[in-house]
Amino acid sequence: MEILVCVKRVPATGGRITLTPDGQEIDTRFLGFTVSPHEECAVEEAVRIVEAQGGSSAVLTLGPSVAEEQLRDAMAIGIDRAILLETDGREFDPVATAAAIVDVVRAREAAGAPFDLILFGNEAADSGDFQVGIRVAVALGRPVVTGTKSLTLRDGAVVARREAPAGGWETYELPLPAVVSVKEGLNLPRYPSIPGRLRAKRKEIERVEPAWSSTGPVKLGLRLPEEQGAQVEILGRGPEAASDVVDLLVKIGILAS
Amino acid sequence: MSGVLVFVEHADGELDRLSREALALGASLAAAAGGPLEAVLVGPGADRAAAAIGPAVSTAHLVSDDRLDAYAPAAWAAAIVELIESRSPSAVLAGGSDRGNEVLAHVAARTARPMAANVVSVSVGDTWRLTRQRWAGSLLEDATLDADVRLLTVAPHSVPVAESDAAASAPTPPTIAPFQPAVHEPDLVARVIGHEAPEAGTISLTDARVVVGGGRGVGSVEAFATLEELAGLLGGAVGGSRVVTSAGWRPHSDQIGQTGLRIAPELYVACGISGAIQHIVGCKAARRILAINTDPESPIMGVADYAVIGDLHQVVPAISAEIRRRAAGPG
Repeated sequence: MEILVCVKRVPATGGRITLTPDGQEIDTRFLGFTVSPHEECAVEEAVRIVEAQGGSSAVLTLGPSVAEEQLRDAMAIGIDRAILLETDGREFDPVATAAAIVDVVRAREAAGAPFDLILFGNEAADSGDFQVGIRVAVALGRPVVTGTKSLTLRDGAVVARREAPAGGWETYELPLPAVVSVKEGLNLPRYPSIPGRLRAKRKEIERVEPAWSSTGPVKLGLRLPEEQGAQVEILGRGPEAASDVVDLLVKIGILAS
Repeated sequence: MSGVLVFVEHADGELDRLSREALALGASLAAAAGGPLEAVLVGPGADRAAAAIGPAVSTAHLVSDDRLDAYAPAAWAAAIVELIESRSPSAVLAGGSDRGNEVLAHVAARTARPMAANVVSVSVGDTWRLTRQRWAGSLLEDATLDADVRLLTVAPHSVPVAESDAAASAPTPPTIAPFQPAVHEPDLVARVIGHEAPEAGTISLTDARVVVGGGRGVGSVEAFATLEELAGLLGGAVGGSRVVTSAGWRPHSDQIGQTGLRIAPELYVACGISGAIQHIVGCKAARRILAINTDPESPIMGVADYAVIGDLHQVVPAISAEIRRRAAGPG
């Protein structure tokens, strides 16, 4: 089983987001970088599948040279090799990103080393475009399912489960080769070991220069949403506030008076 | 038609809430673009959903082919692509749901058009300008979208829906237009082949009128029993922050936040939740937020309407006890 996992380097935002003065980027001077929780699960799943069934795994990202850090993080938990589609810092839109990934997958195929399964996070943490995995699958003519929270391989097919719109779960079965986008909850990603980190540090990273293009949407700028501005009303302190809370629940119609 | 086409989801005829939001934005765009608002529906019960779709929609296209009854994103998208070709809308909208984003991304990929996900507002002109969510709504992006057909999904709970829109007794119900698309076998490969119903009697977090959420401060699986008790008394459901689901105190499907659910209940009771932005984006559409937290400086206080400063392990049982005491009647 040959698996490719695609991830995206994003700032690790926790508290408030601060923008650069020109409003074009998040001010990342004081932030670390990571990948989204969905993608951490995709990486973990690839490692588990190869552990169970053999084969090998590769991690790919499109980003600046420093995105090497996220590729090494993935190799530290067991991904075999890494591909960096190295950009000059310009933002790639979903169409350009998908096209660059498709080029890599096709080049592998032409070289006789195709991928059976390509994994994505359901959406990138930052841009949240919800489309790169589907664009890659459509371009390659492979079946794709998104939102996957459980994934099983059997007899040349992948069985994916996801939450159904009206509750419960729904199941898909795709013949390989296939593309699957996953959501957090698929598994609990492991922490890297020290030997794993050391091994990852020494590994070669394959670098490819992707072609930039612009289809849109074209970003004009970023801004923070307006604060909701409501002043919080303190009902009380400790369990003695219970009576005031219940008065409130009646007042706002949650409880009958 | 220079109008707007909306992909409308429904559960056996019942209109999906996020699709109603897409219809609301679609109605204003159609008015601005000077064309009709049309809808496309697929699956069993589409006729009943179309009848309840509201007066703003002039035509409801019902995709009628048994092979498309089970959800198959590529095949559903292919049907919409056919409608785009015959109707030439200036925009196609979908709700910001798993399926809405998925089907529209297929439409975008198949027709080599750009798509903007999680849009909150649009300004129609020679070049359309839009505002969309990044970071699940912690950040907004202003952008332009240059395409003959603009493909947009609508960010959940960002567009108000007038209750009258849902009126089944519309003065002029939409024209129902059954439509038989060409179906290609490869598009049916990825389709729903099995469904497990939710546990009987459970209230889903996205439908619940009241949600009681727990965070790191809850501290253990066992301590969630007090939150369950309060939720039970309020006819609500229990959810949690990412800390809680990562620790295994709740199943992941109960996670509220950027990588979990976006909820919009009447009341959200946030217990022992500090309020990281990744959680706030999941609950800020609640009509009211009551925070129960030991720390009056925690970020959750910035979005809460009401707060009790105190330990949830004492405050939550006290609220439940007070509800029971009053229910038991005076004396």
